[in-house]
Amino acid sequence: MMIPTSHYLFLSLGLFTIGVIGVVTRRNVIIILMSIELMLNAVNINLVAFSRLVGSAEGHVFAIFVITDAAAEAAVGLGIIIAFFRNRETLLGDEMDLLKW
Amino acid sequence: MLDQIVFYFFATLAVISAVLVVTRRNVVQSAIFLITALLATAGIFLQLHAEFLFIVQVILYAGGIMVLFVFVIMLINMDVSLHQVQFNRQWWLGLLLALVLGAQLTVAIAVGRSGLPLGEPAPATALEPSTQLVGRVLFSEYMLPFEIASILLLVAMIGAVVMAKKKV
Repeated sequence: MMIPTSHYLFLSLGLFTIGVIGVVTRRNVIIILMSIELMLNAVNINLVAFSRLVGSAEGHVFAIFVITDAAAEAAVGLGIIIAFFRNRETLLGDEMDLLKW
Repeated sequence: MLDQIVFYFFATLAVISAVLVVTRRNVVQSAIFLITALLATAGIFLQLHAEFLFIVQVILYAGGIMVLFVFVIMLINMDVSLHQVQFNRQWWLGLLLALVLGAQLTVAIAVGRSGLPLGEPAPATALEPSTQLVGRVLFSEYMLPFEIASILLLVAMIGAVVMAKKKV
């Protein structure tokens, strides 16, 4: 192990920031969901790197929980996208304004 | 030396494909680059000696979740969205705020260097048979969260089926 822990943190930081940029700038909802997956993934790198640093397996366990959440979120989110597309024929996030007034 | 080559290769691959996920116009291309980014992360897990997470990442993310994404992309007619504007009107403000967030987190890591040994390589600890260890912790201390996670998956499955149905 020659790589300092901060390099893992900076990698995770970079991936997370790219994910945030995707969420706040893109209009396509599917790409927004993919960016959320990227952000969750960045969190996992952080958890595993800290688990290595501290020397306990708990970070791995939490990474497993994060992956479970990501799977559940992807399934529900894509179900919502299909239902919405069937009703409004659009995939653009800024046209999804049914709850606005 | 090999460790470093592996880490920096996978890190560069992950960052480049993440940028491409966010910037591509075609959603199918974004999905492909998302697979690359997730597999690069799996490589980093392997380099961190997290073998169980490596295999979970490959099977669940690159296998399961990506199949879900590609199926939805196939079900939805994409031709219209290719000719639309891809970035929303406040994209510059969003980009600015995201970069501010990134700078804040960089400062947080820089400050945290004084409290934790972040600058040095992590010590080679007794985390070696990591799959065994993860299993033991997961099924003893984290039994209740594990069961709650399984209920969450069940709820998500039912929710996805109900929402994607034609007539409710």
